[in-house]
Amino acid sequence: MLEINSIEKGIVIDHIKAGYGMTVFNYLHLDKAEYNVALIMNAYSEKMGKKDIIKINNVIDINYDFLGLIDPNATVNIIENGKTVKKVKLEVPEKVINIIHCKNPRCVTSVEHYFDHVFHLVDKEKRSYRCEYCDDIVIPYPTK
Amino acid sequence: MLKNRCLIDPSDFTREEFREIFDLAHQIVADPEKYSKSCEGKILATLFYEPSTRTRFSFEAAMLRLGGKVIGFSEPNSSSTAKGESIADTLRTIECYADIAAMRHPKEGAPRMASHYIKMPLINAGDGGHQHPTQTLTDILTIERLRGGVENKTYGFCGDLKFGRTVHSLVKFLSNYEGVKFIFISPEELRVPEYIREEVVKKKGIPFMEVDQMEPYMGQLDFLYMTRVQRERFFNEEDYIRLKDRFILDPEKMTYARPDTYILHPLPRVNEISPEVDSDPRAQYFNQAKNGMYVRMALICKLLGIY
Repeated sequence: MLEINSIEKGIVIDHIKAGYGMTVFNYLHLDKAEYNVALIMNAYSEKMGKKDIIKINNVIDINYDFLGLIDPNATVNIIENGKTVKKVKLEVPEKVINIIHCKNPRCVTSVEHYFDHVFHLVDKEKRSYRCEYCDDIVIPYPTK
Repeated sequence: MLKNRCLIDPSDFTREEFREIFDLAHQIVADPEKYSKSCEGKILATLFYEPSTRTRFSFEAAMLRLGGKVIGFSEPNSSSTAKGESIADTLRTIECYADIAAMRHPKEGAPRMASHYIKMPLINAGDGGHQHPTQTLTDILTIERLRGGVENKTYGFCGDLKFGRTVHSLVKFLSNYEGVKFIFISPEELRVPEYIREEVVKKKGIPFMEVDQMEPYMGQLDFLYMTRVQRERFFNEEDYIRLKDRFILDPEKMTYARPDTYILHPLPRVNEISPEVDSDPRAQYFNQAKNGMYVRMALICKLLGIY
């Protein structure tokens, strides 16, 4: 059994759908972190079978829209003095800005690059989104 | 209140707001002379980043017939776009000179993006294979003049339904009305985009069929909306050649249509309607073009807060 020490002050992102841990890790630029960070992939989970976990030994700004987009079932625990002081409930965001980019080569976003990339939620179950400009529908992080 | 609003997509206006535009358009058709000085002192900018005949002339004729003036360009190489200027900067500059603008662009969503940078009313005159809301105004005015209203009718759409922006806008508009049914006739590769099928038609519970033959369904239609397979939308010339002549409406196929089925087409036409059909009284596509000018006159007036 792999053991990772608990953290004193920081953030634990738990129950990340297995396979998406690295995506979250990269999005949060944790590869450049100068503090202790642990990415645990395929950890055993009674509920999920396997899951990914990220432990961050520091307090950093987290974009909850991004986490909700990747996996609204993930949990974010804020740790102080080695104890969980707050649990953040994630939601599938209604609108996401500059998190995903449109892949439609006919979309204006493919040629003009100075404005926000905006997507609106279409289907909460599928977590599909519609590009504000060209209406192309994407499922950025499939649920299965 | 339509003053200073933008029309980028049919969902930008309510049914009541569209009604205001059509009511004014019908009045203009009845007495165009009465409106010949309505826009004196106003300037329309026509920003056409993609070739157009009907739409640009129609906008320009509309403004001129309202007593206003027109500035603009008809292809991007004659503007600062050729120097690499962004769409946003071009629009912000044009706003210094014009009161209202109509914009066509080959990229989908370009007018929506541009509208975020300006305060003057902006009209989407067609963006790639996405939307063309003023063609919809033209189509609806034609339908109203032919049949009194749009409700409780079956509409057939034939040809390139994937990139056919006029189809997307018309379907979006009609989906807000009771009793409409759609029959989408196209090759499988050119079916309506997912956002139209799932987010508009299915979400609103509208009965529809997707088929790849024309004849068996002609008798069910109140209107048949033909479209051109557009070479400029294909990245692959072979696909275009394979699909372009898949549906051709000719006098023989017209025998399957009811005497009261009208044929519409946003034009330009290539091969999809044979010229022999033009003399059939059910062919209404050239009347559409004329109605387009009147309804754009009404739209310009409303967005400028005149009437």
